[in-house]
Amino acid sequence: MASLVIHGRPASAGLAAGPQMRLAASDAVSGSRTPHADSDKELADLRAAIEAVTSRLRSLTARADPHGAEIIGFQIALAEDEELCEPIFAAIRQGVAADEAWRGAMDDEIETYEGSQNDYFRARASDLKDLRDQVLAYLFGVTAPEALPSGAVIVGKDLSPSRFLSVDWTRGSAIVLTEGSATSHVAMLARARGVPMIVGLQGSIPVDAKDILVDAVDGKVIVAPTDADRQKFHRRMECDAAERVAIERSAHRPAVTRDGVSVAVSINVAGLAELDKLNPDVCDGVGLVRTELLFADECAQPTENSQYSAYCRILNWAAGRPVVVRTLDAGGDKPIEGLTIDGERNPFLGVRGVRLSLARPAPFRVQLRALARAAVHGNLKVMVPMVTVPAEMEAVRSLFHEEVQSLKQAGVEATVPPLGMMIEVPAAAIAPDAFKADFFSIGSNDLTQYVTAAGRDNEAVSALADSLNPAVLRLIASVVRYAESAGIGTSLCGDAAADPDMLPRLLACGLRSVSVGIASVARVKAAIAKIDLSA
Amino acid sequence: MSHAVAIGSARLINETGLHARPSVKLTQLAKSFHGHIELAISPDGPWINAKSPVKVMSFQAETGMSLYFRATGEGASDAIAAMVALVERNFGEGNPRGADGDSHG
Repeated sequence: MASLVIHGRPASAGLAAGPQMRLAASDAVSGSRTPHADSDKELADLRAAIEAVTSRLRSLTARADPHGAEIIGFQIALAEDEELCEPIFAAIRQGVAADEAWRGAMDDEIETYEGSQNDYFRARASDLKDLRDQVLAYLFGVTAPEALPSGAVIVGKDLSPSRFLSVDWTRGSAIVLTEGSATSHVAMLARARGVPMIVGLQGSIPVDAKDILVDAVDGKVIVAPTDADRQKFHRRMECDAAERVAIERSAHRPAVTRDGVSVAVSINVAGLAELDKLNPDVCDGVGLVRTELLFADECAQPTENSQYSAYCRILNWAAGRPVVVRTLDAGGDKPIEGLTIDGERNPFLGVRGVRLSLARPAPFRVQLRALARAAVHGNLKVMVPMVTVPAEMEAVRSLFHEEVQSLKQAGVEATVPPLGMMIEVPAAAIAPDAFKADFFSIGSNDLTQYVTAAGRDNEAVSALADSLNPAVLRLIASVVRYAESAGIGTSLCGDAAADPDMLPRLLACGLRSVSVGIASVARVKAAIAKIDLSA
Repeated sequence: MSHAVAIGSARLINETGLHARPSVKLTQLAKSFHGHIELAISPDGPWINAKSPVKVMSFQAETGMSLYFRATGEGASDAIAAMVALVERNFGEGNPRGADGDSHG
């Protein structure tokens, strides 16, 4: 018998093989039970079910990461909510069956959430459904959630976070869902735990299929594999395991291509806590400090001193390696209370990045002062986001000089650091020679979304927002070429640098410096070692 | 003393609004107070039980909105001060955004 290949979207990359384990999601809740004639007993059954479910949830919080714990904490709080439970208990006392009363009240709540205008609240409906079904399953005497075996490939419509957490994932398993989304809580949990996961499977896996091969790298499932399929897949799994070892080994070595070309690999930093456990010798520096996240840590905008000490901490950690700090890049998909402009029709094309900094110069001057003071203590560089016209760079430079002068007059040590710009607006990418900048940093995420006119906040156009689009690659190559001829250093920060398909092309464009998320550093270095630019 | 009434208000600065985690924190704090404590999103009400996550979440309060509290019973003013402080320090949340890796650039 020939094997059957069904495609889907990878939500957590990896390879796994195992027996199919179907989630009997709806069976548990459509079951039936005979209610007790005595309403007190009926009430006691429901209370016992709620108690059993909350205590199981509580035991799950211990293994959950902060995200999972939030969801489970919410479910526990609901189950213990008197305002929710009292009317249900009252109905049971009036003679309504426990399951009916519980289901009815929960369905009302779920309906309210499903009708919400707000994405966040709408997404909570699934957490309520999960709680509803767990209690019902207990009432019907089904204790399925504990019974999910490890080693199996879990197949179903969708998977709740609490069920994910109830599985022992230490033995290789995978998740295949016909619905689900890569941005769901479960997908985040799966990525954090390294569990391969495919969502939006375009077809159904036959119920009687036993062995399944899950390729959550390319996004496909092989059902009823032939011996040849199986051998090929296991070879890939072995390569994958070997690659992991190689990746570990590459982490602390400089990145060099197979033909001996050195590539600087720096890290993107969003919070100081990320650096605490990290050895600086894994990278060639910090290619991007997202200062908006320092801002988000505080209720009010951070003071000059708190920013100064944050920048000094990063410089100190980097121990002489370059640290590129991006000035506040608020707006777009990163609003900051009291600073960004609310209600813009199209925030990605609105007052964001340097546009906002120049529109609200007071907090910007505070940041420049903190940067100028920190620049005395290490290899600090500053870059400006969303630059569209040369006048913006000139405005930033003159503000910088003004602040440095006023600091020096007050007897405070300060200096104007090298000032570079992000290349992410097509106007800058097309005519980089028009700008005066000490260095360039290509922001591949925004450049791609603007060149392809496909918003990165819109799942429906995510396939269009592809950095491999020849127009994006050509622009990157032309920026790198110009920068080289003008003696301006160029780096690239953004997801493209961590994309194994993009990386060889970026290096082929002449790029010799990238900055990636901390989690990707080792993988990117290992990938660079395999690239042969002379081939 | 037992009929003391206290009121207070604070503005939500949490980016995603009064979502699950802050709602749970808010109700847990409210429960630590023995008297009645109520919440509204307008000074004229409607008022709901601030100890109930279901009711608190039902406001679907978004960032920038003001929360109003009123409490009766012993320790009412302390309870209000604690509730207002919780909202003002953003429910003790660090960074509510960007938790899932390096998607900005």
